[in-house]
Amino acid sequence: MTEPTIYELSSPGRRGVRYPDSDVPQAPLPTDFIRKDLPMPELSELDVVRHFTNLSKLNYSIDGGFYPLGSCTMKYNPKVNEQTARLPGLAFTHPLQPVETVQGDLALMFELQEWLKEISGFASMTLQPAAGAQGEFVGVMIIRAYHLSRHDTKRKKILIPDSAHGTNPATSAMAGFDVVGVPSDARGNVDLEELKKVCDDQVAGLMLTNPNTLGLFDENVLEVIKIVHEAGGLIYGDGANMNALLGIARPGDLGIDVMHFNLHKTFSTPHGGGGPGSGPVGVAKHLADFLPAPIVDIIEEGDEDTPPLYGFVTPSKTIGRVKSFYGHFGMLVRTYTYIAMHGPDGMRKIAENAVLNANYLLSLVRDKYHLAYDRICMHEFVVEGHWGDAPEVHALDISKRLMDYNFHPPTNYFPLIVPEALMIEPTETETKQTIEAFANALNKIADEAHSDPQLLKDAPHNTPIGRLDEVRAAKELVLCCWMPEQNA
Amino acid sequence: MFVPHTDTEREEMLRAIGVDSLEKLFEAVPSKYRFPKLDLPKALSEMEAMQQLSDLAFANESARDLVSFLGAGAYNHYIPAAVDSIISRGEFLTAYTPYQPEVSQGTLQAIFEYQSLITSLTGMDVSNASHYDGATATAEAAVMAYYNFRGRRNKFVISPSVNPQYRETLRTYLQGHDKIALVGDAKDADPLLKPEDLYGLIDEDTALVIVQYPDFFGRIFDYTALAQKAHEVGALLAVVINPIALGMLKTPGEFGADIVVGEGQPLGIPLSFGGPYLGIFATRSDFIRKISGRLVGETVDGQGRRGYVLTLTAREQHIRRERATSNICTNQGLIALASTVYMSLLGKNGLRQVAELCYHKAHYAAEKIGSIPGFDLCANAPYFHEFMVCCPAPVEEINSLLLEQGILGGYDLGNDYPSLKKHMLIAVTEMNSKEDIDALCEILEEVNND
Repeated sequence: MTEPTIYELSSPGRRGVRYPDSDVPQAPLPTDFIRKDLPMPELSELDVVRHFTNLSKLNYSIDGGFYPLGSCTMKYNPKVNEQTARLPGLAFTHPLQPVETVQGDLALMFELQEWLKEISGFASMTLQPAAGAQGEFVGVMIIRAYHLSRHDTKRKKILIPDSAHGTNPATSAMAGFDVVGVPSDARGNVDLEELKKVCDDQVAGLMLTNPNTLGLFDENVLEVIKIVHEAGGLIYGDGANMNALLGIARPGDLGIDVMHFNLHKTFSTPHGGGGPGSGPVGVAKHLADFLPAPIVDIIEEGDEDTPPLYGFVTPSKTIGRVKSFYGHFGMLVRTYTYIAMHGPDGMRKIAENAVLNANYLLSLVRDKYHLAYDRICMHEFVVEGHWGDAPEVHALDISKRLMDYNFHPPTNYFPLIVPEALMIEPTETETKQTIEAFANALNKIADEAHSDPQLLKDAPHNTPIGRLDEVRAAKELVLCCWMPEQNA
Repeated sequence: MFVPHTDTEREEMLRAIGVDSLEKLFEAVPSKYRFPKLDLPKALSEMEAMQQLSDLAFANESARDLVSFLGAGAYNHYIPAAVDSIISRGEFLTAYTPYQPEVSQGTLQAIFEYQSLITSLTGMDVSNASHYDGATATAEAAVMAYYNFRGRRNKFVISPSVNPQYRETLRTYLQGHDKIALVGDAKDADPLLKPEDLYGLIDEDTALVIVQYPDFFGRIFDYTALAQKAHEVGALLAVVINPIALGMLKTPGEFGADIVVGEGQPLGIPLSFGGPYLGIFATRSDFIRKISGRLVGETVDGQGRRGYVLTLTAREQHIRRERATSNICTNQGLIALASTVYMSLLGKNGLRQVAELCYHKAHYAAEKIGSIPGFDLCANAPYFHEFMVCCPAPVEEINSLLLEQGILGGYDLGNDYPSLKKHMLIAVTEMNSKEDIDALCEILEEVNND
């Protein structure tokens, strides 16, 4: 069952790919710089293809089944996106080519900026950030730069509600801020009284995840924004949950100052086993000059006969660059394709049906699972994976048992404010039948938890491998393998 | 478009929820801003979308339509067909971060093999599961060094011959830390300085010295003495590498480097107008617990079967929250997989062969260009597959001339280094035939005759 490693499959002298012989005279090698050995595996092409095909079969994936991982928006990734991103005219352009030769790339980026601005209600957009976490970093650095540009140097605090995403505190610390938590109220909204207590002239901003990680839209969102603005702070919107808001509300309209998107969540670009993501950042007008450089713009207006000339510009007070070149272009092509195929009505339909699916699933499991905050949810919801009368069973056991029913588990133990959290996000692309089958499995597991808890404790039973010894992994720390002869 | 529900199903679902319309689900949203009318183009069918994207692609001239001598951080290499075939498998493409190891062994073992291959290639003890790209991996090296000294060392020495975009990214990453000083690449610094010119900047307050190998100008230097200088005062050395060069060149590990970072794009990743690429990050075992980003480790299940898990997760943002040193959540999963398949296919001999093809072709090109009157090779050191040429005319003009003949010329170093106006950086890979190089030289000869 265990697949050997690529090193164990190696056989000296085997080749997986051949190159043409050199057609130029040999230059003398720089002998002082030549490495003695390159201890890498040697395999045939079939060895390699079979190995990775075998490995792929050990994975759960959206293509293979339902993946209700809360906060990750594991929706279907349309196949056409993969084809458009691979069009040779797009896939093989070098980022430093003269702009005249890459007008297609630049037009695509420009138009995508415009679309994302329209969808979110922001005045300006950068496509550069490599992932949501980097988008957050950009947003917080923009907040920092904004205050410094006004010589307002005392603003050292970033407020973070306890229902925000886990990256927010780390991001704020990276940008040099102190983090101050804000609790939620009994309905899962930001607690307004507590918020007022910590809003003073040292507040740089508040990072708002809305809908929050409980899957709830903050009913006082306008009030939250007003309180922070009145204290002179800015509002950072965590756009990870934007799937619930497409065509429903524009964060910019609500008064949010800066927000990142997760294109790999909301706009269907594949998660790829953990990346690449893409995290464009939108800002209100007063922050446009701080965006990372460069951004795409029209550098020569067109007319009826000639299209405009697109190029790069540097915002006047830019925070600088956060990565090489212009962003994860391949992900931008996929996003462009996805938005082009949806149009305005399609956008709203995505959010409506994501929210419909979440509420339908919630309605099917609410009798068996305790709901921390009992409200209409948005695109996801959180239940407690624990029962007082089955004390030995935990959220993790439920998750592992779900694998036996051929489902990917929900997100576990997040958000931290719900004990034994199971965070469930079905997305709009799943059928009613799939949601019902998943609800049946969850409900059956709730029964098993009471009748045969050991069945859950020992789960999963039907996966390629059983529960793994994570303590041993962290203690013995085997982080790579070697060529067999090196082990000697 | 990808929503499967029929009207009947939708009604059944609403009834089960206990509301009579979809609109009722959104009452928490302030009514004033609810359901905005979006001004987006009308929805296209798949067929129309494909046509629209094809039109955009057609508006470009790609490095595959042209003969390319452009590098400067992104390189045009051949990608064997099996690479894309493997990463296109839905089992890899549409999985997420392997939080649940029992159903993610494919991704986990592939990352473990990636870590192993990077370790072998760089001569270091340990590699993480990757960062976003070479620029952010370089910035993460500085962040790691900063926290390694618990903020007590505030000086970072960086050579001006490190990729300018990496240096810019590093500056952005360190902006939030007021005390940190970044020295070595000041505007008046000689961009072509040698490693020994950095010695004077390294002192007891230095956390990290950063150099590139081959450097941005393609030159290769032995950094052994530089590593010793850094270590003498307790500082660390980070070396930015090109992975293809390590197919033949000595590893930074042999020089005594503490951290190796680099752009993994040359390992089977399409140019794709600048991304997504791959940030290589490897280090010595002393720093294992200080690495940011994901790590995969080997372990066993209850029955003693070998398996892989994400490990040392206690370092990460979702556990340590504001005490984490990085907010990174993902790695470049699929891109790291592509490079793993690429390195596996080429193997020991293939990697060496590609490196040598690049080396020989670059040297053929350099020698030939250097013999054209008016063009000077200014490399005063050995070089790998990229070299600097001093030109008799502005680089932009020469490149326009080349483009008319279907050639994508080299990078204009004057963009980043005011003292290097009229200097072009030319990259040559296995994709460039002798005919391509000869054609380039023929046009360059005309430049001088004008």
